[in-house]
Amino acid sequence: MFAPNRGAIGAKPAERTLMLKMPPPDVGVLARRTEIVAALRKIVPGEGVIDSEVERRAYDCDGLTAYRQLPLVVVAPQTTAQVVAVMRYCSSQGIKVVPRGAGTSLSGGALPLEDGVLLSMSRFNRILEIDIANRCAVVQPGVTNLGVTHAVQDQGFYYAPDPSSQIACSIGGNVAENSGGVHCLKYGLTTNNVLGVEIVTLDGEVMRLGGKHFDAGGYDLLGVIVGSEGMLGVVTEVTVRLLPKPPGARALMIGFSSVEGAGDCVAAVIAAGIIPGGMEMMDRLAVEAAEAFIHADYPLDCAALLIVELDGCETEVDHLVEAVEAIAAVHGATSCRSSQSEEERLLFWAGRKAAFSSVGRISPDYLCMDGTIPRKRIGEVLRRVQQMEAEHGLRCANVFHAGDGNLHPLILYDANIPGQFEQAEAFGADILRLCVEVGGVLTGEHGVGVEKRDLMGTMFSDIDLEQQQRLKCAFDPDSLLNPGKVFPQLCRCAELGRVHVRGGQVRFPDLPRF
Amino acid sequence: MPVLTPADAADAQQMIASAAAERQPLEIRAGGSKQALGRSERPEDVLDVSRLTGVIDYEPSELILTAHAATPMAEIQALLDGHGQMLSFEPPDWRALLGASPKGQGTLGGVIACNLAGPRRVRAGAPRDYLLGFAAINGRAEPWKAGGKVVKNVTGYDLCKLQAGAFGTLSLLTELTLKVMPKPETACTLLLTGLDEAAAIDALTTALNTPHEVSAAAHLPPSIAARSAVLPSAGITGAATAIRLEGPLRSVTFRLQALEALFEAQAPSARLGASDTQAFWAEVGAVAPLLGPARAVWRLCPPPADAPALVADLKMQALGAEVFYDWGGGLVWAALDGDPVDAGASAVRQAIARFGGHATLIAAPADVRATTPVFDPLPAPLKALHARIKSGFDPLGLFNPGRMHQGL
Repeated sequence: MFAPNRGAIGAKPAERTLMLKMPPPDVGVLARRTEIVAALRKIVPGEGVIDSEVERRAYDCDGLTAYRQLPLVVVAPQTTAQVVAVMRYCSSQGIKVVPRGAGTSLSGGALPLEDGVLLSMSRFNRILEIDIANRCAVVQPGVTNLGVTHAVQDQGFYYAPDPSSQIACSIGGNVAENSGGVHCLKYGLTTNNVLGVEIVTLDGEVMRLGGKHFDAGGYDLLGVIVGSEGMLGVVTEVTVRLLPKPPGARALMIGFSSVEGAGDCVAAVIAAGIIPGGMEMMDRLAVEAAEAFIHADYPLDCAALLIVELDGCETEVDHLVEAVEAIAAVHGATSCRSSQSEEERLLFWAGRKAAFSSVGRISPDYLCMDGTIPRKRIGEVLRRVQQMEAEHGLRCANVFHAGDGNLHPLILYDANIPGQFEQAEAFGADILRLCVEVGGVLTGEHGVGVEKRDLMGTMFSDIDLEQQQRLKCAFDPDSLLNPGKVFPQLCRCAELGRVHVRGGQVRFPDLPRF
Repeated sequence: MPVLTPADAADAQQMIASAAAERQPLEIRAGGSKQALGRSERPEDVLDVSRLTGVIDYEPSELILTAHAATPMAEIQALLDGHGQMLSFEPPDWRALLGASPKGQGTLGGVIACNLAGPRRVRAGAPRDYLLGFAAINGRAEPWKAGGKVVKNVTGYDLCKLQAGAFGTLSLLTELTLKVMPKPETACTLLLTGLDEAAAIDALTTALNTPHEVSAAAHLPPSIAARSAVLPSAGITGAATAIRLEGPLRSVTFRLQALEALFEAQAPSARLGASDTQAFWAEVGAVAPLLGPARAVWRLCPPPADAPALVADLKMQALGAEVFYDWGGGLVWAALDGDPVDAGASAVRQAIARFGGHATLIAAPADVRATTPVFDPLPAPLKALHARIKSGFDPLGLFNPGRMHQGL
């Protein structure tokens, strides 16, 4: 989703900014702002450097609109050579850099820094090559996710990952966040659909990782770059894998009188050896909101609604639709409809695809969470989320990529009521802790960013986090690239690099946390 | 040669701590089936982790399997098979290719550490795409973990990718969680016969570009096809271009007929049924049964459609190359007899550099693997980055030093 409720929060940005602890700004850099702007203008002429406060304001947040920060300056280069020059300049001057794609991150991955150059990749917007014989396309990172599919659909191909912001989000941002979508159980996340990248590191080295070929020699740095939240390098080119478009698809809309029943049905579908193209669950509140908005003829008498999509050749699709119908029947479905036309299939999906904006209609604001749980725990998790609704005094609608256990609780609140945002955040943190407690993880597809940064310790030990940070140090020893994201404390590369063998005690007990 | 055999991960941690104190590098070994893979530089001490075995957790309906790293592949595959599931990346059996004893057992950790995928790679990906999480011990003797035990997770850097294919040079893997997938109900193979290499790769490209969900695509020139244990006995002679379809029976039949109609005018065709299909693709994955005796076996990964041009280049260099193609051309196996000095490395690497991609020397005598870079030499900035990454995980260079690159 992209900035669905920007207006409501935009009314009082300053208070929000203060609540999130970020690395302390470098006063030396702040004082040299004019000089820095001039230096960047020499690298990127014309409109590529955005200096005025009014224009910078457009970049003060990403899709996580609750947090805002005016960047030091925005630079939007057009060539890899310009990116190299910007990075060399910034690293030589000790200036922080925050890369940004389309700014649709829901975890604050592109939240600017007061003393940081915001590197907007939006002008890298060309499709460089479509290579059908090798089933790939070479694109610049600012191309939108849907733009790739649009460019190849006439030839019967598409790009599989489909985050719900796909009309706006960029491929470069998808790489940074390892974006998913409703089809990733069958077709994988971004990481499974990217063949190569060109990156520029903070010291201005251009590296090509992967390409049109399978795998690569050496360490799988391509795999490490994907999902690194813009903290290891700036992506300047992406080679994506293209897939032939499935010849057909049908969807089933199945109602259940309990969330557990729906969960059991999902498990049974998978146990029967069926991997649907998509398998989504919505709880009662989400169904009601979607139906009120879209009129998709969703059953309103169910506790949980499943939408299951089967794709492939007609023979296979019809066969699987029958199989899923049979499974639903033995798992206590209260209603079950299968789409009989493409229009009907799209209508079934319309409510789900509009779930976030539907919830936006019934509440002034909402927070979208993103944890993954073992699917078998869904009933228990939603029950406990219900209890939390009472504890926090806020309502929560749930949409769930049921096939892969990725839960999106939408916490409803009103930013104009003092304290509600903080309450909503506390509620969200409780949900994510619960996800970890039941054997799941903090984020399935939105990334850690600043949003879940301070919860990393619930999932990882200090040693685990230090090991992750040592990877960061290999790319960016001075912690200048997108610092303050993902990790609850800044990398101290020199200390982390010291060798001593130990038995597991906490290394830096007195290191300050954000 | 001291061999350390830890009973469990805690034991291994102790041994690594001692090795670190003594600055004594370790060769990590389990089943021993891939000992001849990589550069032949080996430390004196062996950390034999083959006692770290056993499946810890397997939940078929969650599509999740967690096992100790040295669990034999045979055990894992039997377990999955019993529940109608599989490892999608179709781990190949390279024991014969690498000259390992047939008693040597491939282990899960070995397959992951070497990122070995079989014919389904072209459709379903490699081990790196299925490793969801792991526990490991780094070169500071610290136990650490990354990833998770759910199929969708972006919490923190994706260190699963880094560990898969690191050949044990970063950390000792102790526990692995993988995404497993349902086994297809049935499978069959469409064989097009008599095509030359360029026409064959064209046909495979055409097939892979249809929406018929081709799950494997290989081409065997005549001399290679003749060595198959499946093709001649099925009455196939000459070159064989093989296309595998998997799924529910009705769907497979429909798609098979569609592809047969598509290629009707181009080449005579034949079919392999389910059991021949299984045997055939196992030998394609295993490589060795199909290649003649050779001094060096190379694994080339070019852009798939460029494979025939790459092979034509290689043959021009008169290296006596015998080749076959998998992954629709994205994988070329080449057996070379010429140039005893560097196993053909310079010619092979010059050829692949023209197209993009990479070349790995998979099987060659140890003296050749000691002097010839087994993996493509890295450009200087990338090499420096590799060294920094390695030292972040294993600052003393304890784990498999030199196995991938000299000094790494």
